[in-house]
Amino acid sequence: MPIDLIFNVVIAGVLTGLVYGLMALGLSVIFGVVRVVNFAHGEMMTIAMYATVVLFAAWKLDPFLAIFPAALAFFVFGYFLQSTLINPFITRPEHSQFMLLVAVAIIMVNGLLMIFGPTARNVQVDYQLESWELGKILFDKARVYAALTAMATSAALFAFFKFSRPGKAIRACADNHLGAKVVGLNVKHLYALTFGIGSACVAVAGCLMVLLVDVTPVLGPAYTLLAFVIVIVGGLGSMGGALLGGVLIGVSEAVAGLFITPSAKSMVSFALLILVLLFRPQGLLGRKS
Amino acid sequence: MSAPASPLFADRRAIGLLLALLALLLALPALVNSYILSVAILILYFAYTGQAWNVMMGFCGQLSLGHSLYVGVGAYTVAALFVHYQISPWVGVWLAVVICTLMGLVIGFLAFRFGIGGTYFALLTIAFAEFTRIGFDHFDWVGSSGGFFLKVESHGTLDLLNLRGSPTMFYYLALAMCAAAFVFCAWLLKSRAGYYWQAIRENEEAAQALGINTFRWKMLAVGISSAMTSLAGVFFAFYYNNLFPEQIFNISRSIEIILGPIIGGIGTLFGPILGAAVLTILADGITELVAAMGLEIPGVKQVFYGVVLLLVVMFLPHGIWPTLARKLGLGQGSGK
Repeated sequence: MPIDLIFNVVIAGVLTGLVYGLMALGLSVIFGVVRVVNFAHGEMMTIAMYATVVLFAAWKLDPFLAIFPAALAFFVFGYFLQSTLINPFITRPEHSQFMLLVAVAIIMVNGLLMIFGPTARNVQVDYQLESWELGKILFDKARVYAALTAMATSAALFAFFKFSRPGKAIRACADNHLGAKVVGLNVKHLYALTFGIGSACVAVAGCLMVLLVDVTPVLGPAYTLLAFVIVIVGGLGSMGGALLGGVLIGVSEAVAGLFITPSAKSMVSFALLILVLLFRPQGLLGRKS
Repeated sequence: MSAPASPLFADRRAIGLLLALLALLLALPALVNSYILSVAILILYFAYTGQAWNVMMGFCGQLSLGHSLYVGVGAYTVAALFVHYQISPWVGVWLAVVICTLMGLVIGFLAFRFGIGGTYFALLTIAFAEFTRIGFDHFDWVGSSGGFFLKVESHGTLDLLNLRGSPTMFYYLALAMCAAAFVFCAWLLKSRAGYYWQAIRENEEAAQALGINTFRWKMLAVGISSAMTSLAGVFFAFYYNNLFPEQIFNISRSIEIILGPIIGGIGTLFGPILGAAVLTILADGITELVAAMGLEIPGVKQVFYGVVLLLVVMFLPHGIWPTLARKLGLGQGSGK
C-alpha cells in the first residue's frame, strides 16, 4: 500500500476527528456538570445537519454562516430542554434519566423521518471539491475549514470556562453541587446554561459535518454512540479528552476503513472503547474520581 | 403475612388474580383470531425478556443496555446448529445458554473487577453488543449482513422436537417461558441471593460492609440474566425464522427489552409483564390510530410512542405496577 495514501487517509481522519471532537465536547460538558448522559446527543446533531441543509436550500446560506443561527437556536432549545424536562430528573436514578432522554431521542429521530423521509440529503458548495496539494498529500478544503472552525469553537469554549464569570460558576457547580448552592449560585439556571452550551457545540459540529457526509435520520443513534465512545476514550467530563478522543476515533475509523473494510470501521472504535474502559476507566485524560 | 418483604404468595388476592390470568392465557388461542394471537406472542416475548433483564437491573441494580447481545448470540447459536448440522433446538439451546452465560460473566468480570459501575457499566454493555453486531455483519458462516434464514414449514406441521409449528405452538412456548421465568424470579427474590442483590442495589458499600461478597453476587445476577435472555434468542430465531445482525443486535432492541420493566415497574415481578402488555398494545393502538387518521408517513407512529413514553416517565417515575398494586390492594411483589 503506498505510503502517501496512508498519509492522506490519516490526515482526513484527523480533520474529521476534530469535528467529532467538538460534537463529543458538547456531551462531555453536559455530563461533567449536570451528570446526565445525553442519550439524544446524536439526534440533536442530525437536527443541526438538517437545519443546515434547509438553510442552504432555501437561501443558499453557506454552512459556515449557518453556524450562527443554528448555534443560537440550539442554545435556546438546550436551555429550555434542561430547565423544563431534565432539571426535575436530576435527583432521579440513572435509568429514569436514561428513559427520559431515550424518549426525547425517539421523538427527534422519527420527527426528522416524518419531515424529511429516509433519503439522504446534503449541501453542495464549490470548495468541497477543491483541495490543497503538498507534495503527494491532499488537504480537502472543506475538511480543513471544518477542522479549523471546530478548533476555534473549542478554544472559545475553553476560554469561556476558564475566564468568564458564568463559566467559573458552572465549574463550581460541577466541582461541588452543595457548595455552589451555599454560596448562592442559581444551580438550576447554570445547569440549563450548560445544556444550552453543550447543545450549541453540537449545532456547530452538525453544520460542519454536513459538509463531509450526507445526512439521514438514522445517523442520529449512530452519532450518539460515536459521541459516547469518544468521551469515554478521552475521559467523561474532560474537555481536552473529548478532542483527543475525537481525533483518535477519527483516525482509527479512517485507517480501519482502509485496511479492513469501511463497514467494520466502528468495530475498531468499540474495541478501543472496551480497552479503555478496562484499563483506564476514567479515560485517557480523565481524572480519577 | 408479617414481613412486607414477602407479600406475593402470602397474598390470597394476588394468587387468585394470578390463577385467573393464567386460565385466561391458557384459553386465549381458542378465543381470538390470529392477529391478536400474534400480538399476545409479542407481549409474552417482551414480558420474558423484561423479566430476564429485571434480574440484573431490578433486583441487583446493574444497568445493562446491551441485552440484545444475549438475544442475538443465543438466536444465532441455535439457528446455526439447526441449519448447518440439523441439531434440534432442544439440544442447541444448552450451547446457547453456556455461550451467553460465559459472555455475560466475562463482561461482568471485566467490569466488576475493575470497579466499573453505573453509567460506565451501561456504556460497556452497549460497546460489547455493538462490537458483536459488527462482527456478525462480517461473519460469513451465518450469512453476515445479508441475513441468516431458517426454512419455513407449512402452517399445518407440528414438530415440537424441531420447534417447527403454528403460531399457537409458539404462543404456548412463550407462555411456558413466561410462567417459568415468573416463578423462578419470585423464588430468586425470596432466596438468599435475592436479599443480597437488593442490599447491593440499595447501597453497595453498605452491603459490602455487612460482609456480602458483592462481586460474587453481582456475577451471579449477570450470569442468570444472560442465560435467561439467551432462551429468548432461541425463541426469536425459531419464531421469526430470519436473523439480521443489524436488527437483532441493534441498540434499539436492547432498549425495547428494558422499556417494559421500566414502564411496568422496575424490580417488581408483575412490572415486566404489565409493561410489555401496555407497550405492545400501545404501539399497536398507535398504528391503528395513525392509519385511521390517514397519517401513514414513516415516523409518525414512533413519535406518538415517544411522547407517551415521555409522559409515563415524567408522571409515573416508579412505573405503573406499584401504583396499580396499591389501588388494587395487592402486595407489590417486589421485596420493596
